[in-house]
Amino acid sequence: MKVLYSIILASMLYIPTQAQSWITRNGKISFYSKTPMEDIKAVNSQVFAAIDVSKKTIAFTLLQKNFLFEKQLMQEHFNENYIESDKYPKAQFEGTITGNIGTTPGVYKVQVDGKLTMHGVTQPVSMPAELNLQQGKLVGKSAFSIKPSDYNIKIPSLVKDKIAAEIPVQVSAEFLPK
Amino acid sequence: MQKTAFLFLLLVAGNRLMAQDNSLLQSLDDSLSMQQKHEVVTGTFKATQIVNLPTVESPGKKSLQFMIMHRFGKLNGGSYELFGLDNASIRFGFDYGITDRLAVGVGRSSEDKTFDGSLKYKLLQQTTHQIPVSVSLYGLVTNYTQRYTDKPYLDARYRTAYTTQVIIARKFTRNLSLEVVPAWMHFNLVPTAQDKSDVFAVSAGGRMKFTKRMSITAEYNYLLPDQVVTTSVKSSMSLGIDIETGGHVFQLVFTNASGMVGPYYLAKTTGTWGKGDIFFGFNVTRAFNFKK
Repeated sequence: MKVLYSIILASMLYIPTQAQSWITRNGKISFYSKTPMEDIKAVNSQVFAAIDVSKKTIAFTLLQKNFLFEKQLMQEHFNENYIESDKYPKAQFEGTITGNIGTTPGVYKVQVDGKLTMHGVTQPVSMPAELNLQQGKLVGKSAFSIKPSDYNIKIPSLVKDKIAAEIPVQVSAEFLPK
Repeated sequence: MQKTAFLFLLLVAGNRLMAQDNSLLQSLDDSLSMQQKHEVVTGTFKATQIVNLPTVESPGKKSLQFMIMHRFGKLNGGSYELFGLDNASIRFGFDYGITDRLAVGVGRSSEDKTFDGSLKYKLLQQTTHQIPVSVSLYGLVTNYTQRYTDKPYLDARYRTAYTTQVIIARKFTRNLSLEVVPAWMHFNLVPTAQDKSDVFAVSAGGRMKFTKRMSITAEYNYLLPDQVVTTSVKSSMSLGIDIETGGHVFQLVFTNASGMVGPYYLAKTTGTWGKGDIFFGFNVTRAFNFKK
């Protein structure tokens, strides 16, 4: 019995679980605020993300400054007036995956639930996601939407018509084994 | 013994689980922080000028800025002149960003019917923990077209002056930005031989944000002595409030300079604050984009 414990203990201490962690440093997150007055699009292509398939956990983190807008002035306003990237430089997501992720190549539809932190506020978010397991890589896609007001982002009445109350967010990332 | 071993096993297993749960976001965050080290500092100033003095800012690539600068008459004109409101001096300007660093501009002031053309280049951009200041170079050519029938010799060359400014700015905190601006002006024609044709000035200015979209601004332009001797020129000082609303910046200003471009506010200011030679006015900018 002692031997058995020792073996289990040794295996837990020294043998890493099979490589089921996936990571990326160039995931893409974009948002699109659409109103009759103005369309605002931004994309961040330097999103760090990781999935642990065995634990079914997932995490994202990004720098707000890496969101690129087509208009420089919009980008400046996003950083200076709305998201306040000097005070709150990052947005982070940490969540769990429900649903089956197979070990053979294929598309797996899962549900992701977790907590999104940005502008100093943490809110629960959940979204359906699609994980496409391919040879040597895992491609993840998801979409959800957020309300700026949930994250204490104040929009002055003067520009209220130009910024959508609910903003769809697109996530896509190509993970490689860690 | 078995019990202890079992407990120990649980403890190790538990630790391992916790360590892994933490590390997913934690390890991502750590590598992201590495990337974060040298970020370009943006939004040093809201507008391309404090009141008259240029800032390090310029319109972004393919973005056009239209600006109206307007000054009423002197406050000491009294009620007869409605404290200056009866008179007005104006400048229209267009500035266009060729790249995010290089901008070109044209403008026209009613004072002396002056045309101006300018170039602004962001030489250096402040970054966190590495480059302490932003530096922009500003070159301005002015040509006045006011007719003087008594001076037929005034040709286009004589009417031209050049202003070069090196703008050194630092955003100290999210609210406070300051800049120092040495200036060199060259006049192709000066009134007398005693007046220097190369004239130097030093300006300082800054802004203090008091809400996310409003700030108080100030600038002081010091003309080095013994350069302009035939007219009694004074240093110009200006105070303003910046109000930003989306694509517009409104600046309400008080200044003792009637001129709004290089040689005028730097080397041709004759009024002083003490005597009430104060001009109230505003600058309004509007940004247009030509990207896609």
